[in-house]
Amino acid sequence: MSEAREFKYIGQSTIRPDGFDKVTGRANYGADLSLPGMIWGKILRSPHAHAMIKRLDTSRAEAFPGVLAVATHSDFPSVTDQAIESGEGSLTLLDLARNVLAKDKVLYHGHAVVAIAAKTSAIAEQALALIDIEYEVLKPVMDVREAMAAGAPILHPDMFTQGLAEKPTTASNVATRLEYKMGDIEAGFKDAEVVVEREFYTPTAHQGYIEPHACTVRYEKDGQSMIWCSTQGHFDVRASTAKLLGLDLGKLKVIASEIGGGFGGKTTVYLEPVALILSRKSGRPVKMIMDRDEVFKATGPGSATRSWVKIGARKDGTITAMQGRLAYEAGAFKGSPVMMGCMTAFTPYAVSNMYIEGFDVVVNKAKVAAYRAPGAPQAEFAVEMLVNELAVKLGRDPIDLRLQNAAKEGTQTIYGPKFKRVGLVECLEAARDSKHYQQALAANQGRGVAAGFWFNVGGQSSVHINMNPDGTGTIVEGSPDIGGSRASMQMMAAEAMGIEPGRLKPIIGDTENVAFSAGTGGSRTTFATGMAVIEAAEDVVAQMKQRAASMWNVTAEQVEWVDGVALNTAGEDRLSLAEICAGADRTGGQISGRGNINARGAGPSFAVHLCDVEVDKETGKVDVVRYTAVQDAGKAIHPKYVEGQYQGGAVQGIGWALNEEYIYGADGLLENAGFLDYRIPVASDLPMIDAIIVEVPNKFHPYGVRGVGESGIIPPLAAVGYAVENAIGVPVTDLPLSPPRVFNLIQGKG
Amino acid sequence: MRYETPTTTKEAATLLHKEKGQAHILAGGTDLLVRMKMGMTEPTLVVDIKHIPAMQAITKSAAGFKIGATVCGAAMTEHAALGKAWPGIVEAANLIGSDQIQGRCTMVGNLCNGSPAADSVPAMIAAGAKAIIVGKDKRRTVAVDKIVTGPGKTSLAKGEVIEAITLPARLPRSGDAYLRFTPRTEMDIAVVSAAVNLTLQRGVVKTARVVLGAVAPTAVIVAKAAKAIIGTKLDDEALEKLAAACSAACNPIDDKRGTIEYRTKVAGVLAKRAAKIAYQRAGGTL
Ligand SMILES: Cc1cc2nc3c(=O)[nH]c(=O)nc-3n(C[C@H](O)[C@H](O)[C@H](O)COP(=O)(O)OP(=O)(O)OC[C@H]3O[C@@H](n4cnc5c(N)ncnc54)[C@H](O)[C@@H]3O)c2cc1C
Repeated sequence: MSEAREFKYIGQSTIRPDGFDKVTGRANYGADLSLPGMIWGKILRSPHAHAMIKRLDTSRAEAFPGVLAVATHSDFPSVTDQAIESGEGSLTLLDLARNVLAKDKVLYHGHAVVAIAAKTSAIAEQALALIDIEYEVLKPVMDVREAMAAGAPILHPDMFTQGLAEKPTTASNVATRLEYKMGDIEAGFKDAEVVVEREFYTPTAHQGYIEPHACTVRYEKDGQSMIWCSTQGHFDVRASTAKLLGLDLGKLKVIASEIGGGFGGKTTVYLEPVALILSRKSGRPVKMIMDRDEVFKATGPGSATRSWVKIGARKDGTITAMQGRLAYEAGAFKGSPVMMGCMTAFTPYAVSNMYIEGFDVVVNKAKVAAYRAPGAPQAEFAVEMLVNELAVKLGRDPIDLRLQNAAKEGTQTIYGPKFKRVGLVECLEAARDSKHYQQALAANQGRGVAAGFWFNVGGQSSVHINMNPDGTGTIVEGSPDIGGSRASMQMMAAEAMGIEPGRLKPIIGDTENVAFSAGTGGSRTTFATGMAVIEAAEDVVAQMKQRAASMWNVTAEQVEWVDGVALNTAGEDRLSLAEICAGADRTGGQISGRGNINARGAGPSFAVHLCDVEVDKETGKVDVVRYTAVQDAGKAIHPKYVEGQYQGGAVQGIGWALNEEYIYGADGLLENAGFLDYRIPVASDLPMIDAIIVEVPNKFHPYGVRGVGESGIIPPLAAVGYAVENAIGVPVTDLPLSPPRVFNLIQGKG
Repeated sequence: MRYETPTTTKEAATLLHKEKGQAHILAGGTDLLVRMKMGMTEPTLVVDIKHIPAMQAITKSAAGFKIGATVCGAAMTEHAALGKAWPGIVEAANLIGSDQIQGRCTMVGNLCNGSPAADSVPAMIAAGAKAIIVGKDKRRTVAVDKIVTGPGKTSLAKGEVIEAITLPARLPRSGDAYLRFTPRTEMDIAVVSAAVNLTLQRGVVKTARVVLGAVAPTAVIVAKAAKAIIGTKLDDEALEKLAAACSAACNPIDDKRGTIEYRTKVAGVLAKRAAKIAYQRAGGTL
């Protein structure tokens, strides 16, 4: 697209179409659907972190009055080890089945073992207590170091490390070893005059979405089934559940409810297949809702990681070598985002010699799920901390040093492609020129700068736009709206059709009334589904022109479309979109447009954050006093929601850096499965996050869009981390920087 | 479960006394309802005391203030005279929860819930607050520091209800302050807390009371800390002694919210800071 393009609607901040329902409480979320004859499902969860199930007898529970069905792992017909595409993380079908209902062994505190459906949730709850179960408790493995150590208890006796030069003969907790390299790492370090290196730790952190997982399902005798649930990808729910239960896709309808946050955590299934089994067994619709502690214990957090990074540079600031070793916790089943960590860690930099290896390690914690830019925040934390240290050692301004080494158009990435146009330099410049960066620090304050890179993805999206006889229309898309994307779809369609956005109503179709669309993840919706919307809108316009042409007895080429009006270039005639719609019955029937695409060319979004903290040196408490998030949107369709994405990412990252962590006892039991002690920031904890939108258009999108949903969570870990280091003058290696940890660092007991 | 709404304290006490099963008083419900939802208690009788006029007001007399048992945190904030006389108590009560919680939570509920981390309790004890207790047959008045006997436990007998909290008449040149330490600014639970109440005479501390919260099974009155500042103008030496006495008085637990060492150190830090604020509120200049 040309950079100077003028837009009529895009770039305005319109009122979101879903806003009224949400502020008035009318919007229907995962727990809000009830059906006649519906019963309630509850889950018995493991009280141990690691144990064999020695005996399981559900007969007393089954006999309990009011209990209508009981499900265990044996209810999954014949699940095999095939891999399935499930949202952003890939899981084998067998692992998925074992995660939603344990088979023979429980692998984390809160692991689901048995599900019961009963007439009321109270009866289901009582019946759970009647399940006779005996465990043989095993030693839990709670950290990658323990898990990788010789002689560690093994979670899966049939798991052998993949990616080693020689095929291993003994089982291991390391599922995969992988590496990426470029240039000659040894030569790179030889060329270096200054070297920095450090080890880092990031804790297990949950996405912290406000709406717990919930669903209502109905299995009908003729095999036509329905799932209503809170999800980021209802087609993914359909695929996983259908495979687990052996159903045809065409027999399983999934409806995405309104969603109260997901951040990657709602790209997989937990309750849905279990509820459908209960419904099949009982012949009743079944509702299941997780409690908050179930969400914390048993749904995917982000990986805890240990990393080691080493960077070498010449005195003139040229970075000559970057090396890293990342070990990511996958939780109970393989499949951490360590590969993404390896791919993103060094990617903000144009450096010739890079080498990184990654380890995907199972531990006795809940299976991790995608969390906003999965894998990137942890890896880039380590790198950005060290780039700041390098700047100090070289006596350079940290932004200036980054500008010198910044990735740009033509830079070769470690994971394959060369960059097309990207906006890192522009983001760094905007950060450098911001008022924030000019402001002097007060006593006990420190500043951190950090960059972040995320790929963004494209993929399949399907859209149709149905026009009504009065010239209004419905945009039917298949991407659940988590961040206000319906407003963006509406604006893009309006722009392409030349009519007021309010004339078009965007809705999320279920899996039967719109064709397959990949889930909302990878910051893909505004980019990819947006492209499908534009294509559908252009299809509508083409048909409008044809209809006008047929009314005027001219060819479609002789009709021009300007601001929602057809103009006859061969005469004076004009017909508005509404007029054409009103006459559609006489020109061939109603009009609908279609856009089914597999989008390529997603544009990476770079982010640069600035953070000032003030440290209370007597208590170790860290207050963020000023924060600025700069990020490349390509083109901000709806600037307010783009800012919201930057701010939301920043806040989640700040929480991760400062207080959020899973706290386990020595027995591997989770001690803080609730928002009181899993401390996400509250509004009064933070200053206003200043958002600066940089727009370096992505030429593969008609309007220049890059995804903006994820990059914003990457820089905060190091921006906050380094700001604290700067304020207290002590190296920071471990997150979170909770008051006791900072207190210890100050006391020299880090 | 039965739900009753008596209109006199006596009636409430009688209902509670008669109940054979598990009976609970419901004030704001911000502790009780949470415990019921979590399945920690299953009452057979809930006595809602919010319809009892004698419990609903804040009154000021020559003897001091009387705060009814159902007065919520937000109502305390709106009472200008109370805030002027006892800013430390009001700020402590205001730390409870969020705006929504403030519209419901009471100091008496906070006290009777028996949490070692209850925010309003150290401030009430520092102020020398008393509880007016009504039983089926008799009334008694007891110092607030005698109410809680351990986590979740009180000295109230079956059927006894606290009708109000009284605060003594405020002497001139007096000030109080309460500080708590939490990782977050709100919606959090005190890791350590400190309340200081003092009276000055020509800039010198004449009387003082220092109370710590969340560092022992119940709030702790640290007499040695008070002694450390009495007779001083809160110079650095006095403050260090105060901090040391507070740290020494701590008997905290090691848990996910803070280690013993951390709580012990921060208790001293908070006590110093609270003492300075109270001193300035009393008209002293540092
Ligand atoms: C979201 C949230 C945040 C919170 N934050 C804080 C906080 O920051 N700091 C803090 O200290 N607490 C906090 N709490 C706990 C709670 O809000 C306070 O303890 C509050 O003061 C309780 O008052 P209430 O009137 O709601 O008590 P209720 O729940 O009504 O009662 C609490 C207990 O006291 C008993 N009781 C009540 N009134 C009387 C009476 N007149 N006589 C005898 N017994 C009585 C009840 O039977 C019950 O056992 C929080 C709670 C929630 C839900």
